[in-house]
Amino acid sequence: MTADLVESRIGDWRAAVLRGGAVADSDADELEGHLREQIADLEAVGLAGDEAFLVAVKRLGEVHQITAEFAREHGDRLWKQLAMPHPDHGRLRPILTMLAFAAFTAVLIQVARMLTAIPGASEAWLVRDVSLFVLPVLAAYFAVVRRMPWRRALVLVAVVGALALAVNLFPFADGASTNVLVAIHLPVALWFVVGAAYVGGDIRASARRMDFIRFTGEWAIYYTLIALGGGVLLGLTIAVLTPIAPGSVQEVLTWVLPSGAAGAVVVAAWLVEAKKSVVENLAPVLTAIFTPLFAVMLLGSAVVYGIVGIGQEFDRDLLFVFDVLLLVVVGLVVYGISARGSARGAGAMDAVRLVAVVAAIALDVLVLASMFERVGEFGFTANRVAALGLNLVLLVNLTVTAWLTVSLLTGRGQAVRVERWQTGYLPVFAAWIAFVVLGLPPTFGFA
Amino acid sequence: MNIDKDLVAAMATPLVLAILVEDTSYGYAILRRVRELSAGDVEWTDGMLYPLLHRLERLGYIGAEWGVSPEGRRRRYYEITETGRAQLLEQRMQWATANRTLGGLWGQTASPAGS
Repeated sequence: MTADLVESRIGDWRAAVLRGGAVADSDADELEGHLREQIADLEAVGLAGDEAFLVAVKRLGEVHQITAEFAREHGDRLWKQLAMPHPDHGRLRPILTMLAFAAFTAVLIQVARMLTAIPGASEAWLVRDVSLFVLPVLAAYFAVVRRMPWRRALVLVAVVGALALAVNLFPFADGASTNVLVAIHLPVALWFVVGAAYVGGDIRASARRMDFIRFTGEWAIYYTLIALGGGVLLGLTIAVLTPIAPGSVQEVLTWVLPSGAAGAVVVAAWLVEAKKSVVENLAPVLTAIFTPLFAVMLLGSAVVYGIVGIGQEFDRDLLFVFDVLLLVVVGLVVYGISARGSARGAGAMDAVRLVAVVAAIALDVLVLASMFERVGEFGFTANRVAALGLNLVLLVNLTVTAWLTVSLLTGRGQAVRVERWQTGYLPVFAAWIAFVVLGLPPTFGFA
Repeated sequence: MNIDKDLVAAMATPLVLAILVEDTSYGYAILRRVRELSAGDVEWTDGMLYPLLHRLERLGYIGAEWGVSPEGRRRRYYEITETGRAQLLEQRMQWATANRTLGGLWGQTASPAGS
């Protein structure tokens, strides 16, 4: 019994030493060995197990002092390194797999670009279909890495095939707004396919869906960073080339830029996976910074709109702006809850989030009310349906989120219910996106 | 009598190197030797030894290797290197100088409590 107690105490102590990351696992082994030896010596002179433990721990010193000293010696450890797989241990394969898929999409995008040069093809086609040359490759990458069963993978292939065929066979009119809507929504639809591959086809599990949401946020951040670096690289390349070979600048732009942008999609995804356990997630950190700021902004806007009313020149562009606004708020909610321990009770951040959500709902209801007031005047167009539909989808999400947050703050609900609601709502988003891509164009005669 | 913290810190490197010159050793045994030698006057927070050992290893004064204790526990053994020996010699001369200087003032045999 006492021996068990001492063992569990040693375990606790070790965990405390390891916390913070300055002490590596092997260092903890060394310290633990020391502790055990000290305990054994003390027991040999007659101390009971738990007494020996207390004395030995005291002699080793305060845990925070030890870890501080280790941190001074191993400062690099606090800057958690990217866990680059070492080339030995046969761990080169993940990198090669990733590079192969990145290269594949980079080549595909060039093939697509050349197809637009064929007479009869148009640039607009590539703009609409560009995601078809990138995101399915990313989905395939995950299907391979996750060793997805064939049957599930075939379902994804069928979905991508159906999307590709449909949008390319639709007889869009020239300059059709439904064509533009498809161009906007197709990447999102394909992103859901990526999601299905990311979770290895296990799309029902709430926890896996949450992983995918986290992945999406981290991926966006990594992609942005790579894009920044790529921009600098490209800018300098052009600056260096211009004096000696001004003609080659255009070549660089047409070859390097699209391929780099496509390949980076896969590289960013790999980076998120490679460092998942090593670096704290960034999306929740950014969310924590921006949630209060957005809460203030939304509250201010809601008050101003409430007093002044919707301006006369309200049009559908404004509705799109509010769609984006609601989307951002949903993002803040989702990434806010993705980082909170579901066991923890309500905190100040939940209250701030609630303010942001309620203000966003109030704002949106004002806009919607004004929209419906004059719906006869506007009539329904494809653009209006797309904007309005997304707005309603987001509004329902946020209303329930607000309700769940209220019950969380009043101590009647658990945080996990907010999370469940968000992950459970993903199919609604997916269904709406699918409708805009596949259902809306025929409904409005491909205009 | 306990020795001042700063002085212990200054002594730490030559002390560890000098103990390792005697023989290859490991953390717990090094500390036991320190206690033995100073009769408990040099008080050392045990945990602080390990970052010091790691620093000496990084500087190339000592080498380290995982081994197994007689009881079968994993244990890290430290061994002094040639660089370490040279460093110890250098430190030893510095300490001798310090000793001589203070000794000249206080008299080699004078006890701090006075006669």
